[in-house]
Amino acid sequence: MAEQITVRTTPELESARTLAEGRRMHAISSAVRYALLAGVGFLMLYPLVWLIGASFKTNTEIFANPGFIPSEPTLNGYIQGWKTSTPYTFATFFWNTFLIILPKTIGTAISCAAVAYGFARFEFPGKRILFATLIATLLLPNVVTRIPQYLLFRDLGWLDTFLPLWVPSAFAGDAFFVFMLIQFLRAIPRDMEEAARVDGANTLQTLIYIVVPMLAPALISVCLFQFMWTMNDFLGPLIYLSSVDKYPVSLALKLSIDTTEAFQWNRILAMSVLALVPALTVFFLAQKYFIEGISTGGVKG
Amino acid sequence: MGGDSRYLGLAYVAPYVAGLLIFTAIPFVASFYLSFTDYNLMRSPQWSGLDNYTQLFTRDRTFRKSLSVTLLYVFMTVPLKLVFALFIAYILNYRLKFINFFRTAYYVPSILGGSIAVAVLWRYIFADSGLVNMAITAFGGEPVNWFGDPSNALFTITLLRLWQFGSAMVIFLAALQSIDKTLYEAAAIDGAGKWHTFVYITLPLITPVIFFNLIMQMVQAFQEFNGPYVITEGGPLKSTYLLPLYIYEEAFKKFDMGYASAIAWVLFAIIMVLTLIAFWSSRHWVYYAGDKRS
Repeated sequence: MAEQITVRTTPELESARTLAEGRRMHAISSAVRYALLAGVGFLMLYPLVWLIGASFKTNTEIFANPGFIPSEPTLNGYIQGWKTSTPYTFATFFWNTFLIILPKTIGTAISCAAVAYGFARFEFPGKRILFATLIATLLLPNVVTRIPQYLLFRDLGWLDTFLPLWVPSAFAGDAFFVFMLIQFLRAIPRDMEEAARVDGANTLQTLIYIVVPMLAPALISVCLFQFMWTMNDFLGPLIYLSSVDKYPVSLALKLSIDTTEAFQWNRILAMSVLALVPALTVFFLAQKYFIEGISTGGVKG
Repeated sequence: MGGDSRYLGLAYVAPYVAGLLIFTAIPFVASFYLSFTDYNLMRSPQWSGLDNYTQLFTRDRTFRKSLSVTLLYVFMTVPLKLVFALFIAYILNYRLKFINFFRTAYYVPSILGGSIAVAVLWRYIFADSGLVNMAITAFGGEPVNWFGDPSNALFTITLLRLWQFGSAMVIFLAALQSIDKTLYEAAAIDGAGKWHTFVYITLPLITPVIFFNLIMQMVQAFQEFNGPYVITEGGPLKSTYLLPLYIYEEAFKKFDMGYASAIAWVLFAIIMVLTLIAFWSSRHWVYYAGDKRS
């Protein structure tokens, strides 16, 4: 009897022991994981947090205090930085950025939706070749087309205007977005569209009243990405814009680095904070669209 | 759809076709032509045969320097970024709490991406008495001359791009989350350890996204401009003078369009060859579910 009992209990005890050990191991490894993730998260975010703090610091404190909280908070950087050393304030530069972003985003949304609809829902001669060019453009480095594009816009008399910065996008020039929308459309069943066609709607009406509402989440992603990329675009304005009164924020920031007197660091940092605010706000308001957008565009491709 | 003209679809893709011809295809061909000419905007392009290319490869020391810096930058940045992004995605893929919080935190630097404001920030935190050196001295280390020393400057740009590993990570994470859990359970029953499970199950299943990220990050890294232009202005001693900076200066400062086009084509050829190698080799290492070949 006694022997039977021991025989029966030992494995249970052992399994209880391994279970406890397993749990402890699990607790340790997840503690390590959290520590690592928190450490990396700190490295990711602290530079930005520091930037915000530093923009309220005095110039002497910026390179003396690694902390976030300014010892003598001042708005001087913002007030002086906003004025700039040019005849214009940052209000002009933000307005210019807006004047580029608005037509570019709208043009992108409309043209990419139509083109994606064409690729995803129709058969036509040359479709396969055209689709192949779409993938090729996705991989084509801009560096190789930039010079002739510049010459083209020069001949059109578009230099020093906003046109070169947004017109190509209004021709569905950003293959990435077209591709993303095609992927999205392929995953949507055609029943609704076919029902609309049976009811006598033509393809354009179907696109506007049926497809676009279903595409809405993907179109929002497209607009958000385009907003961010345009906000950050630097090389385009650098090449095409020459008068300071047309500068967008990105170019104005570079200008203020070059022209602000030495030791006026907080002005530049303050304006950098302001330059990041629109992108950060939009991101936090709509982050699910970003994450979804990048996952669809990337993984299903 | 039935009854529609077979050309109807073309009407919808017409804007794309027009844009493709005007803004991509014709400029693409034109730039190839220009690379064989001498063209400074003052008079029409003069055919000069292979002169630009011979100049580049035999006499231009700036080009040689710039090319080697570019290759060094790409081969340093892309692997580091991919390994780091995959590592973090792998850790995040455990059923941890706050996964969304971490994912967002890691993604923020990527969203700010090529922003000039971020490049400005980098100038400040890696300055001689900037945040990074303050932290190093606080831990008893010697401050590092990040931008003054040619052997460090390029690495500082790499660090900026590593800091933006978030978009590659989000793609990896989505792929990891889509892996069938029963495969892991089967591996665990067979007694496979974590490392074996990772190498023999996880890695093969995510090779398509590794491939995608590799190509994307490589094409992007070869075209890096904002970082070196704003942070180091190509210096010191041209140690961060990447080819896109050289092209920019030749084309838009000196207006030597022919020569700049030739440099652009060399850069393009390098990207093409590496992309083709990646595509060609992919049949040996990229696994597509349901594909009999693998």
